[in-house]
Amino acid sequence: MADQSEKQGAGPIIKIAFFAVLALVLISGLIFAPENPGLAIHPMDQFEIKPLFGGDHLGTFTPTNQTLWMVLAIVGIVLLLVVGSRGRAIVPTRGQSVAEMLYGFVYKMVEDVAGKDAVKYFPGIMTLFMFILFANFLGLIPTSFTPTSHIAVTAVLALIVFVFVTVLGFVKNGMGFLGLFWVSAAPLALRPVLALIELISYFVRPVSHSIRLAGNVMAGHAVIKVFAGFAAALGMFSFLPILAISAVYALEVLVAFIQAYVFTILTCVYLKDALHPSH
Amino acid sequence: MASNTQQTADGAHGGAEAAGMPQLDFSTFGNQIFWLVVTLVVIYFVLTKVALPRIEAVLSERRGTITNDLTAAEDLKQKAVEAEEAYNKALAEARAEANKIVAEARADIQADVDVAAAKADAEIAAKAAESEAAIAEIRAGAVDSVKTVAKDAAKEILASFGYKTDAKTVTAAVTSRMKG
Repeated sequence: MADQSEKQGAGPIIKIAFFAVLALVLISGLIFAPENPGLAIHPMDQFEIKPLFGGDHLGTFTPTNQTLWMVLAIVGIVLLLVVGSRGRAIVPTRGQSVAEMLYGFVYKMVEDVAGKDAVKYFPGIMTLFMFILFANFLGLIPTSFTPTSHIAVTAVLALIVFVFVTVLGFVKNGMGFLGLFWVSAAPLALRPVLALIELISYFVRPVSHSIRLAGNVMAGHAVIKVFAGFAAALGMFSFLPILAISAVYALEVLVAFIQAYVFTILTCVYLKDALHPSH
Repeated sequence: MASNTQQTADGAHGGAEAAGMPQLDFSTFGNQIFWLVVTLVVIYFVLTKVALPRIEAVLSERRGTITNDLTAAEDLKQKAVEAEEAYNKALAEARAEANKIVAEARADIQADVDVAAAKADAEIAAKAAESEAAIAEIRAGAVDSVKTVAKDAAKEILASFGYKTDAKTVTAAVTSRMKG
């Protein structure tokens, strides 16, 4: 019995100790940073966009490091979804199984969240999901570049969804689409106020939609870089930030998938609003 | 950061970027948006022209195969049930047939036995009647023989005593005597 209770007690103690040491390392890092000339952390350098083939000029069509990783995302998608499924096997191989799983995952999401009549927009939603998923996961490779960490990229993605959904809403429902802002379940006196709030929240959608993705990805990468800077400065104690990096990295793997999922499911929700605007 | 500052020296938000946010360097936005749109268009075409129809085809083919297999299994099960029913029916019919045959055989045998018994009875009766007739005949024969012997004996006895006798008288006397 005593043995067992000791084992049960060990978990929280280790956790508390871990976080205490982590906090100490962070604080000491911040306090001693100015005195330490070796500690030069530039967590945002990794997001710099540079021309891929050298040179300083960055025109609209110049291939950049971001272009490279977007192309690699395309290559990854082709490898998984096209090369992986080339066998067309009734009993799938591993690659085909993953491709089918992703297909089923997004298809079911569109069908469940946005409804059966939204299924014809499935290829577009699948495009968004696959691009974000691959950009996020390829960005987790050390020294790589993450296109989805840039607000310009996610803003374009969110604006594509926003414009498409808004136009679709008016095309499908005409002026009835404005019923989305007129909460008929609320008391009449409240409705204009609610309409204003609904209108504001509708136009905030692309902002939150894009910043959520870019912010999550950027923050995770920056935190890893900060810890990496500590590891470089701490000498024999560098194992602590390295442990922290491992933990944050695991979290980032989760975030990479979850953010792709969140972006996609929100797209489905907006699509549902466009197809069925009644409250 | 050297290249960064160089690139963004002409940017309106040079101040924000100096703080280290390449994301807010608007001079790169055109480039990013261009390549993003190219990437999305390529992915969209790869998905709609190749990947999604293929995966859809594989999934529906699998669904079809599974449905077919299930239908086939259902058919086979139905056939098995039918076969069992046919077997049971055949078994019951065979049993009924056997019972019928047994009953017929029994009836035939009974009829044969009856006929044979009747015939035997008739034969026995005939034999008994015949025997009775024979016995009666023998008995009658015996009485006649006794009558003859008695007549002859009486004649001889009367002759030896020296009496001349008439045959008719002797016969009448013997006959009346034997009648008691």
